[in-house]
Amino acid sequence: MASETTTAGLAYGKRSLVRGMPGHHIAIFIGFLVVAAVAPFLLYPVFVMKVLCFALFACALNLLLGFGGLLSFGHAAYFGSASYITAHAAKVWGLTPELAILSGTAVAAFLGVVFGSLAIRRQGIYFAMVTLAFGQMIYFFALQAEFTGGEDGIQAVPRGHLLGLLDLRADFTLYWVVLAIVFFGLLIIYRVIHSPFGQVLKAIRENEPRAVSLGYRTSQYKLAVFVLSATMAGLAGSTKALVFQLASLTDVHWTMSGEVVLMTLLGGMGTIFGPIVGATVIVAMQNYLASFGAWVTIIQGVIFVIAVLLFREGIIGVLARRLRKPL
Amino acid sequence: MAEDAILSAKGITKEFKGFVAVDNVDLTVRRGTIHALIGPNGAGKTTCFNLLTKFLQPTRGEITYKGQDITRMAPADIARLGLVRSFQISAVFPNLTALENIRVALQRERGDSFDFWRSQTVLNSLNERAEELLGQVGLSGFADVHAAELPYGRKRALEIATTLALDPEMLLLDEPMAGMGQEDVERTSALIKGVSANRTILMVEHNLSVVSSLSDTITVLARGRVLAEGDYQAVSKDPRVIEAYIGAAHG
Ligand SMILES: Nc1ncnc2c1ncn2[C@@H]1O[C@H](COP(=O)(O)OP(=O)(O)OP(=O)(O)O)[C@@H](O)[C@H]1O
Ligand SMILES: [Mg+2]
Repeated sequence: MASETTTAGLAYGKRSLVRGMPGHHIAIFIGFLVVAAVAPFLLYPVFVMKVLCFALFACALNLLLGFGGLLSFGHAAYFGSASYITAHAAKVWGLTPELAILSGTAVAAFLGVVFGSLAIRRQGIYFAMVTLAFGQMIYFFALQAEFTGGEDGIQAVPRGHLLGLLDLRADFTLYWVVLAIVFFGLLIIYRVIHSPFGQVLKAIRENEPRAVSLGYRTSQYKLAVFVLSATMAGLAGSTKALVFQLASLTDVHWTMSGEVVLMTLLGGMGTIFGPIVGATVIVAMQNYLASFGAWVTIIQGVIFVIAVLLFREGIIGVLARRLRKPL
Repeated sequence: MAEDAILSAKGITKEFKGFVAVDNVDLTVRRGTIHALIGPNGAGKTTCFNLLTKFLQPTRGEITYKGQDITRMAPADIARLGLVRSFQISAVFPNLTALENIRVALQRERGDSFDFWRSQTVLNSLNERAEELLGQVGLSGFADVHAAELPYGRKRALEIATTLALDPEMLLLDEPMAGMGQEDVERTSALIKGVSANRTILMVEHNLSVVSSLSDTITVLARGRVLAEGDYQAVSKDPRVIEAYIGAAHG
């Protein structure tokens, strides 16, 4: 039988998110939680939260790139817009953090519908160029618009009280909320990949004409995965705005779009957990090499070139092939 | 005759930047028959298939399927009408297992293919039918093998099984037996004969012994035009057909 997929998940009932999850994936998720629970005691909580947000961002991009076969070079548009909206909602409208995050994510989803429906009409490199163009549009909008605060961005965003009750000002309190959001986001992405929809998505990625000949209107699936990916990128951006209490032009800049592609490729595009590893490596590098100033970019570039030469399939991609298990 | 035509094309033409690949072709396929489309390399057979299934838009001409004008339809919708094609280059989903390949075809009918919140374990209810189809093409025991790892002949077999999973009323098979060993050719021949019982088949095939034993009608295409049409006896004696084949062999 279809060995991996039929392995029973934990018996949490039919609707459980772990239904049909193979044992080693459950183990990895538990391992992730254990590491994430210990990490803030050993490292700066804000640094770990940054890693978490980018891990979610990279997984969102990977959903589109690795499973939909669509390379977006403008994902900062969704990450950054959500970041601005959340910051604005929390600071100016005075919304509670959960509502601020929802607003940002909803805007990202909306942009995903608009830009996605236009971008999916193009293929390959043209698709990437169209997404890049939309990314630039959002950048210039953020640069010009009043509410985004221009070069300064939106600073000193209040973290507020979760549901009006839990004060999130302390990094440690916020940390558990961020971990919960990111973990939830990762589970959703995992489920999308392993759903009937995900199955069709993989078929389209593998051989689009064949999927068409089987009667699938493939552009609808591409749009759906584009919107899902943009939404999850938005969730990551919104959460990030609360962590740093800041939304800035960096969030919508094209280098942000490039960085998340880099994280995905480094970790292993089309793998399940690779982007988490890729994001961790890149964020850690930026953090610990910060003293090298402008050299960070160059060191990053060199590491990327070496990584691509040594393991094309990314860190987890290579590991998965060695172990002959989907990771 | 016209009333039992399931698929008919009138004057279909396809031009690629001035080059006419299919030139004013009339084709009528009768319901319940096996119809072969033959012709030398580059004759325009695959292009014809692409036009009939709307993977390419004809420059001119019209196509009717079951009395319905499908000239302007999208290819996915044509497949939904029960007119399903295969491809000349083996078209499988390489990184899915053989079983998953078939399930992709089976799952569309279930209507939950957009359910991204549901676990794919709901697709397990399709496994039994998928295994059955795999057995039909001699692929039992390969269910968990990735399609990429199957030898060429078996990939083609998997492709046929995937097409059959849709239970189409009409199949368009583009060289289904190319690259198969003798044993596979015989099994696939028998399979096509078997499934043709309540279906219509239009196939491109270079193996003339297969064509002669399977097909009711043969249309010969050369340089984008219909050269001859009829049963094997008539077509194989037609001097223009012999000429075209010899001409192509020497050209
Ligand atoms: N997209 C295209 N653009 C330009 N020319 C094309 C295109 N597709 C096919 N052709 C040309 O049209 C002609 C017919 O090609 P087609 O693939 O239909 O032939 P065929 O009869 O299927 O040949 P074979 O037996 O080799 O499969 C060829 O000369 C080919 O080069
Ligand atoms: Mg051909």
